[in-house]
Amino acid sequence: MPLTINGTDHDFIGDPRTTLLDYLRDECGLTGTKKGCDHGQCGACTVLVNGQRINSCLTLAVMHEDDQVTTIEGLGTASNLHPLQAAFVRHDGYQCGYCTPGQICSAKAMIDEAANGWPSFVTADLFEPVKLTTDEIRERMSGNLCRCGAYSNIVDAVTEILETKR
Amino acid sequence: MTRSYIMDEPDERNRLDAMAQGVIGRPLDRPEGPLKTSGTATYAAEYRMNGRIEGVLVTATIAKGEVTVLDESSVRDFPGVIAVISDDRMTARAAQGGAGKSPVRKVREVRYYGQPIALVVAETFEQARHAAKALRIEYREDAAALVDAQDDAIAFEQFEEPIIQGDLDKALNEAAHTVDVTYTTEGHNSAAMEPHASIADWDGKILTLHSSLQMLRFNRKELADALGIDPEQVRLVSPYVGGGFGSKLGISPEGVAAAVAAIRLKRPVRVVMLRQQVFQCVMRRSETRQRVRLAADAQGRLNGFGHEAWVTNLPGEEFAEPVLQASEFLYAGENRVLDLQLGRIHRVTAGSVRAPGEAVGMQVLEAAMDELAEAIGIDPVELRLRNIPEKHPSEGTPYSSRKLEECLRRGAERFGWDASPRKPCLRREDEWWVGTGMATATRVHNLNEAYARVTLRSDGTAEVASDMTDIGTGTYAILGQIAGEMLGLDPAVVTVRLGDTRFPPGSGSGGSWGACSTGSAVLEACEGVRAALAAKLGCEEAALKLKDGHAFSGADKVALSDLLGGVDVVQLGHFKPGKITEAFSAAMYGAFFAEVGVNAYSGEVRLRRFTGAFSLGRVLNAKTATSQCMGGMVWGIGSALTEGLTFDPRDGHIVNPDFAEYHIPVNLDVPHLDVLLVEERDPAGSPLQAKGVGELGICGAAGAIANAVYNASGVRVRSFPITPDKVLVGLPEI
Repeated sequence: MPLTINGTDHDFIGDPRTTLLDYLRDECGLTGTKKGCDHGQCGACTVLVNGQRINSCLTLAVMHEDDQVTTIEGLGTASNLHPLQAAFVRHDGYQCGYCTPGQICSAKAMIDEAANGWPSFVTADLFEPVKLTTDEIRERMSGNLCRCGAYSNIVDAVTEILETKR
Repeated sequence: MTRSYIMDEPDERNRLDAMAQGVIGRPLDRPEGPLKTSGTATYAAEYRMNGRIEGVLVTATIAKGEVTVLDESSVRDFPGVIAVISDDRMTARAAQGGAGKSPVRKVREVRYYGQPIALVVAETFEQARHAAKALRIEYREDAAALVDAQDDAIAFEQFEEPIIQGDLDKALNEAAHTVDVTYTTEGHNSAAMEPHASIADWDGKILTLHSSLQMLRFNRKELADALGIDPEQVRLVSPYVGGGFGSKLGISPEGVAAAVAAIRLKRPVRVVMLRQQVFQCVMRRSETRQRVRLAADAQGRLNGFGHEAWVTNLPGEEFAEPVLQASEFLYAGENRVLDLQLGRIHRVTAGSVRAPGEAVGMQVLEAAMDELAEAIGIDPVELRLRNIPEKHPSEGTPYSSRKLEECLRRGAERFGWDASPRKPCLRREDEWWVGTGMATATRVHNLNEAYARVTLRSDGTAEVASDMTDIGTGTYAILGQIAGEMLGLDPAVVTVRLGDTRFPPGSGSGGSWGACSTGSAVLEACEGVRAALAAKLGCEEAALKLKDGHAFSGADKVALSDLLGGVDVVQLGHFKPGKITEAFSAAMYGAFFAEVGVNAYSGEVRLRRFTGAFSLGRVLNAKTATSQCMGGMVWGIGSALTEGLTFDPRDGHIVNPDFAEYHIPVNLDVPHLDVLLVEERDPAGSPLQAKGVGELGICGAAGAIANAVYNASGVRVRSFPITPDKVLVGLPEI
């Protein structure tokens, strides 16, 4: 079954019970995507499927025929970081680092969602263009848990990227 | 050759401030940041090995009794199943921090719901998980086991000699103002984002365990003891740890089970705990009941101080949540009663969860202090200022550097604290009552023995190596900065290698001692390197200046790479806390200031502003230290408002063993965190003049929030967490 991961063609032939998360980590060696709960409760496994963020533990690999999957490894590398990755380093938007790839994938998709006018729980006016205030960022990043408590710095990192874009 | 420093008295040399490089304390980025943010830092479960197979733990579904049938035939024919293992070497509990020996094994004797009893091994994770669920087990159940912490049948016993001074009852009777209140806190789980995970590989002589652990030099002995092999036959590898918070202090059941399986099956075996297992079979923080009695004169000076606490643990465990740890030294009061009582109960092991003791003791003490301030009618900041003792109230020992007053004053100023008379329900914004609260922060300062090796390479770069861990605390950053400062190097050319028992044994990460203990071993090793360089240069070590890869002596300047002449300098440093630990009452201090909104209709509490001012000795890296403080404050938010383990009173099983039901703070729960680091040097803290950082930010934080809830809404909740149902019943009519 064909699918594309970080621009590379893959052919999934495994156990149909295999989650997309376990396929990425164990078969593809893309361990940047983390398993924190396996139940869609923590967001550590967030990846982009056709540009949208998804908890990869809550979906089976076999459900992604012909999909384009982007993981943290597809955003940037240690020697050539994506601007969001670099901002997380500058702002110390992580500590143990385990939730971090999920946070960054989530932030990437969140910025695109807002640009496309998607409202959130804290959006006051559903008809105006969405402005990613700090409260909007906090709400939209609340599916990504961080036990180290780096939230304040994560918001700063994302805010810096948004301000650079403006 | 090893260079040792045994710390018996304050180290006034202040070596770091005498150096020239100027990198210590600077807010440098973590060197491992690019790896972590690009997903290429490798955590325990992520090592690929040929022939690796998968194990899934099976856990007990009764509180106490014995496994009578473990029917391997019920899963033997399942596709991929290799073995069902329930072995005497497997461990039924996690080791307590610093145990250095195996925890309880006997996995078929069940002592708590969720105890590991077997491991199912299969070719793939999906196969192992399926078989683990289907494995047929029968028990002989002991239905009389106590599992409910509220059960009157629990016989509490004094855990240690209580502190009794003067006559507290008399002081209370004669005092101008008193408080006598009982608070409760619920159990907590560390809930690190990375579940406990291990891959074991046995080559016939050496057992290599890639595992997520905090204190390798102890864990090595614990694993070897369980397996019945020599510690020299165990190698542990943990360069990246996805959070620990106490839960990875000791070897945990999945690591031992993986090792047993690897030895038996002669293939690498991976075992990763399911999230529910992290809650059910590692560690909990005990629930607590705490009675605080305070007696003060008309000016608010304490002359009576009572703090009693009741906590629980499994039979046989030697740990009791040290609730009164800070109450021993923080405030004055010559008539004192401090008494910790432990009851035995069949719930998962109680052990260290971030800041054991102060995390729950301080939030209750600081809420009680707020009640006293109100009874007296003085500002709560002023009440704290009036009760800073001259010397340790029981032991009479002096304090090491203590900047509590400065933290209180500067924190209040930073927050914009209003010291005018306080009354609840004065401010409402739409449907929100708004109020403020404050609390003192304190946490005892701990030190531990440590070794580290420093190599100054002939090319002018350096390497620091220790089996010390970085669990998110910033060890990689700060050890590089210490070596960089001492050796006159840009930390960018200092490689820090951690988390491998092939390196010299560090202190491990726990009790906030990691940076000071292993950092002091690095400092000592660097002293040795400096002495060697001085000898090469023919000058006194004191006259040697090292900066930017060059050595200076008087007017001479030479590049280190030239001075070394192609030969590396290798030095092992050893740090050991000696008499210093008894000579002073050493602690970190701080102050919290919080502003909350309390919904006038639903009782929901939203934290709006949160300031923390902290003094923790020398700051080794302002960026990572600030982050540590923030992390603690976030834990305080959870402890105040949402976190609490719920146990079924019938069988002691955890009802909320995952992130959907056990609510740690999420991003929207956390406002911008305002952290102020109050500069300090503490010669009694460590040769670095630094103290611990990682736990201070939680110690008292929830008290500030509770006090703000009261100030906003007039509802004094004496049961943490302060969930809306508890607030709702007391809200005023509007």
